[in-house]
Amino acid sequence: MIGHNTLIVLLGCAALGAASGVVGAFALLRGRALLADAIGHAALPGVVAASLLMAAFGGPARGLEPLLLGAAFSAWLGLLALRALTASGRIRQDAAIGVVLSGFYALGTVGLSIAQAMPNAAQAGLSHFILGQAATLTQSDAMLTTGLALGCIGIVALLFQPLRALCFDEGFARSQGLPVRSLDLTLLALLLAVCVAGLPAVGLLLVVALLIVPAAAARLVTRGLPAMVVLAGALGAAAGASGALVSTRFENIPTGAAVVLAGLLGFGAAVMFQRR
Amino acid sequence: MTDFLRLDLPALLAAILAGGTCGLLGSFLVLRRESLLGDALSHAVLPGIVVGFALTGLRSAGAMLLGALGAALLATLAIGWVRRVARLETGAATGLVFTGFFAMGLVLLEVTGARNADLDVDCVLFGQLETLVWLEAQGLGSLLDPVALAGLPRQLGLLAGVAAVAALVVAVCWRPLQLIAFDPAFAASVGLRVGRWEMGLNLLIAAAAVAAFESVGSILVVAMLVCPAVALRLMTDRYRVQVLGGAGLGAALGAMGVLLAGPVPAALGFSVSLNAAGLIGTLAGLVVAATLLARQWTEGAGNLSKSRRL
Repeated sequence: MIGHNTLIVLLGCAALGAASGVVGAFALLRGRALLADAIGHAALPGVVAASLLMAAFGGPARGLEPLLLGAAFSAWLGLLALRALTASGRIRQDAAIGVVLSGFYALGTVGLSIAQAMPNAAQAGLSHFILGQAATLTQSDAMLTTGLALGCIGIVALLFQPLRALCFDEGFARSQGLPVRSLDLTLLALLLAVCVAGLPAVGLLLVVALLIVPAAAARLVTRGLPAMVVLAGALGAAAGASGALVSTRFENIPTGAAVVLAGLLGFGAAVMFQRR
Repeated sequence: MTDFLRLDLPALLAAILAGGTCGLLGSFLVLRRESLLGDALSHAVLPGIVVGFALTGLRSAGAMLLGALGAALLATLAIGWVRRVARLETGAATGLVFTGFFAMGLVLLEVTGARNADLDVDCVLFGQLETLVWLEAQGLGSLLDPVALAGLPRQLGLLAGVAAVAALVVAVCWRPLQLIAFDPAFAASVGLRVGRWEMGLNLLIAAAAVAAFESVGSILVVAMLVCPAVALRLMTDRYRVQVLGGAGLGAALGAMGVLLAGPVPAALGFSVSLNAAGLIGTLAGLVVAATLLARQWTEGAGNLSKSRRL
């Protein structure tokens, strides 16, 4: 049977999946989904630095909030680096993503090797942030994930019309007097929030799939943005929950991998039943 | 000296070979605007490596290489297929396919029990330059002793082989590769089969990714493929400088990373040892940042002198 703690964790993963599906739908339409790959990898040095700092100041041994704050901060630095590279005019976005994700990730692994040498096991559990391990989440971790995810969904619901205009017709959005730049930044912030919230459960390597796969599947079988967003959210929730369930049953399977494969099953079904 | 030969030389050679090969081939990815493919191929080879390993039960270079090339081929075809049937832009299709392949590889790693043998997930994530040792070394004389040389880590053989093939291919196909990198439309008009050339180049890159994967892990292969090429792209427009400079920079980064991770701090009396693969990637990122800043600075100076002239 599913215990109380597992149930909370599954709900957290479902909420996370729903938020990634919803935010991913807009990110995909705006051509930004792949940024999640850079964001996820760029979060690692922040997680490690936050944990080292906590250890140095004798903070609580296992608090998720400071780690996620660190993750968000370094992921944001990664996005700034990405913008600086593409602004040079010589480096396209895909190459810039490659530089940022590998450079930041590499820095994170160096940090991990320092943390491992520390006596007080500051690194305990940090490597779960790479591949994700839902089984190690505590109830309060799962609540935090759920809260972040629901917050993202709420913001999308509030800004649905402006975001729709941004993704489908930037010119129209401008002509309506919408603040296109701020909307773009909001979408980026949502992307960052979802990625960071997903780190402990899904892991930084594969979080990008959770943003692309449900949205791509939903786009194949729906007509119109509201239906696509709702279906992407539902598919994401199903993938998140089922992946987490599989990985709590089979301890060795990383949650990230299980979630991605569950999502791809949904994508396969969508390809078969796609609207021609 | 014997300690250096035993403990540091194998990692140093592996990092130089991996960095040089990836740096050489990376320029073609960046010039073709296919950098993402480097990311994709380095992740997508994982299931192939695991299957090759599981089928033969050995960590033999041949089986892993074949499996990885098969996986790379499948992944490239899958990206095209997803783009077509799902009408996705290349970036999203690539992201969807390579994360799927990588997830499959992680699951296979557990299911086939490959993890219990010595192919483990830590190697995928962090590389294992530190574990390359040459215990047969007895002093400088060992460098000429065939028996002792046979005891060098097996990874070095694969790396050297792939490096030699890559260098040969680039040297022999210098002009066609240049045409394909800079002007594929013109290349096609003079009769080059661009699609086949690109596929061949991708397979070569996949081979380099597999060979390097065993030493630096699959994520940091991306750093070696993309960072040196991007740094050179920020500095030069000349094909020769771009390609050869990329190879040189990659090899130099590999050497510096390994030396700074262990031997140099040890020689200075510090007892830290850092993750060598991570240090290589970090230095690569820093080099890109430095070239970017240098470029902005010289451009700023250029604009200033221009405005003075006006």
